[in-house]
Amino acid sequence: MSATLLAAVLVITGGTLHPGDGPPVENATIVIADGVVRSVGSGAPAPAGATVIDAKGKVITPGLVDPFTALGLVEIWGVDDARDVDAGGADPVRAAFRAVDAFDPDSAVIPVQRAHGVTLVASAPAGGLVSGQIGVFSLGPTPGPVADSVGIVAALGADPSGSRGARMLKLRELLDDARAYRANRRAFEENRFRRTSAGRLDLEAMIPVVEGRKPLFVHVQRAADIRALLRVAAEEKVRVVVVGGAEGWRVADELARAKVPVIVDPSDNLPSTFDMVYARADNAALLEKAGVPVLLSTFSVHNVRKLRQWAGNAVRAGLPPAAALSAITARAADAFGATDRGRIAPGKVADLVVWSGDPFELSSRVEHLILGGGEVPTTHRQRALFDRHRKVPAL
Amino acid sequence: MRFIIRFAAILALAGCGGGQVRDDGPERVPVPLDPPVEKAPDAMLAPLPVAGPVLIRDATIMTAAGRTFPRGWIRLKDGRIAALGEGDAPAPDQGERVVEAKGQFVTPGIIDTHSHLGVYPSPSVWAHDDGNEMTSPITAGVRAEDAFWPQDPGLRRAVEGGVTTLQILPGSGNLMGGRGVVLKLHPRRSVRDMRFPGAKDGLKMACGENPKRVYGKGKGAMPMSRMGSVFLARDKWLEARRYRRDWEEWRKNPEERKDGKREAKVPPKRDLVLETLAAVLDGDVLVQVHCYRADEMLKQLEVAEEFGFRIRSFHHAVEAYKIRDALAARGVSVSTWADWWGFKIEAWDAIEQNLALLHEAGVRAVLHTDSAEGIQRMNQEAAKAYYAGVHAGVPLTDDDALRWITANAAWTLGIDAETGTLEAGKMADVVVWDAHPFSVYARPRLVLIDGHVRHDAAAPAAPWSDFEVGR
Repeated sequence: MSATLLAAVLVITGGTLHPGDGPPVENATIVIADGVVRSVGSGAPAPAGATVIDAKGKVITPGLVDPFTALGLVEIWGVDDARDVDAGGADPVRAAFRAVDAFDPDSAVIPVQRAHGVTLVASAPAGGLVSGQIGVFSLGPTPGPVADSVGIVAALGADPSGSRGARMLKLRELLDDARAYRANRRAFEENRFRRTSAGRLDLEAMIPVVEGRKPLFVHVQRAADIRALLRVAAEEKVRVVVVGGAEGWRVADELARAKVPVIVDPSDNLPSTFDMVYARADNAALLEKAGVPVLLSTFSVHNVRKLRQWAGNAVRAGLPPAAALSAITARAADAFGATDRGRIAPGKVADLVVWSGDPFELSSRVEHLILGGGEVPTTHRQRALFDRHRKVPAL
Repeated sequence: MRFIIRFAAILALAGCGGGQVRDDGPERVPVPLDPPVEKAPDAMLAPLPVAGPVLIRDATIMTAAGRTFPRGWIRLKDGRIAALGEGDAPAPDQGERVVEAKGQFVTPGIIDTHSHLGVYPSPSVWAHDDGNEMTSPITAGVRAEDAFWPQDPGLRRAVEGGVTTLQILPGSGNLMGGRGVVLKLHPRRSVRDMRFPGAKDGLKMACGENPKRVYGKGKGAMPMSRMGSVFLARDKWLEARRYRRDWEEWRKNPEERKDGKREAKVPPKRDLVLETLAAVLDGDVLVQVHCYRADEMLKQLEVAEEFGFRIRSFHHAVEAYKIRDALAARGVSVSTWADWWGFKIEAWDAIEQNLALLHEAGVRAVLHTDSAEGIQRMNQEAAKAYYAGVHAGVPLTDDDALRWITANAAWTLGIDAETGTLEAGKMADVVVWDAHPFSVYARPRLVLIDGHVRHDAAAPAAPWSDFEVGR
């Protein structure tokens, strides 16, 4: 290899590698070129001429993945013009609405999250019965989508206008209409088709769901509602992911049998609503023990950076540390089909973090942030404000 | 849906106030009650028994008073800290409970200056939402304790996180939202019996977006602007000063001469709103101000100086770092989060080092929660703010950061002579942690309040809240 080419090779040596989906590697040598990991070994010397990061005494993990945020869709919640997470309107079905069409890659909120090691997020629409399509976004080096649409968000549970059963009814009607539309497109176009519960674009958007190619991500907390969802998913042959699932531990075996992933907020331990009277802190630990694919999320925008703290809290409540890491790296990426991310292995996208210590510990910090194979600074607007006000202004 | 719910909760709950004891004001003239009105009783139930003696030994003792004993002991007796020290513990007394705490950590009980537990309890339902009397922008006479539900399941969760004392505040929908109350987290049926003995009430005030939104935007009423907010407050403070003067005069001259005879003068009419404000002017109620922006905090200080009262603490105060010199000069504390931000534009300039910079500048920095979730992990929240400062080069110690959730919070509530540090003579409000309290993995092993064990990780108690019974 020529010297010019070697200079583009980045090597991380000497640290403890937690690859995201396998056992740790001590004294790891990670070779990165052209944006991907080329090799991972223990104790191998760095190729001469490469740029070397000495990570002795440090911990290396994949960039963290938050599987359910609204990052890039909200800049400031309380400012109407800076909030694009909800398609709005009176129609409860917004299946055609795509997060990717509202995502702002220049959001000042993004670098703040990245500085705490988060490199990939799913950003999801909110509102209505069916909110719209989830996008998967890399947070750098230039933030942007890696997948425009990986699933459709729906919300079951309490309904201010009536019974929760009516929400399920509407969802089933929508699935049925999408199927009918798929079989009768021509009649629909020629106005020879019965009335449907949703418009053409929404029905189109639902076709990959009824074909089982794209999962429904369903906000659902109560055990009975989760059970009802599993039943409908089996009947309709639809893939589902449970979002929230605060009472999931009560139906853990059924979730495990159906191989349905659950995205858990580890801070849910209060009977905050009548949908989660049985919430408890060790929900993630109990689900994991039963064999359910557990993911962890902050369900946040501005504090996606808390993801590592949230993982630490799940461990504190009994989730094994390796499972907690996988839940915010490899397993989370896999839930969106992004199997080339969320892990450190040859051929995978080189999004990784060198930490000063245990990434879940509050005392640890990001020392190097590698995105797409290159080092990215951990600066952001908050840090710039700190720098400006480090000395009290004289004026 | 969830984002919206949480957002709404933040908007609904955000609020705080700051109050201050007058330690150098004019000679105090207490505002008398209307003569026929009796003082409210201190308690409705039989008092708690005195707790048995406890000796905790071989632990790292973090005092929050400047000293840490890497291996030390602490002795609790009659609800107070009897003694503490370094090295080998004294021999246990007869009947004394001995807690072996090798490798564990002892801190003061944690104090939250800003909670809505009991007034916005779990489950969150309309019927339970009692924290904002949003029918008038000035409701200084209402009291959080009159709405507090002692069965809130969040209370036990807070104790399990090491919290022993907290201030329950009204929300921030109003400019003057009402009185807050300081409670100890004993599981009792009556709020009156949970009151921190001798603690002054707080007055919750608010500036900025919330009152504007609730009244101007929500009802087309005043205040629609920050101009209106400051005007309404100044107008009320003028009235409060007149009210206080009228009572002072009546007290000095309760009689008058009529036809050569001395007759009792009719006292001024009692007014619960003005009475609270007069109590602020007298230093008997501490002002706790919900305020985010630096310029608005300075405006609030200007109003306070105009009318002669002190602000005890600015709450939320995400821009406090910008004016930390002015806050330090006036002895105002700042109660804020580690990292909440971005939910509205007045919370846009938050930085992770707010508490660190305030502390460095000599401001009493306080980590508060305003949250049923956050109150369960205040040690972690303090740790985040601490390490954010340390990593940015702000010189801080463990003891400094521990004070953000103990001693400085106690000062903010005016109870620092009684609790907030591990010192002989103070209340036996103590947490034993199974790891360093700034570790994400640390859990309280024992939580003692007035020497009573209120949480023991090895012996989970029955639910405190009846809501959680029978499930």
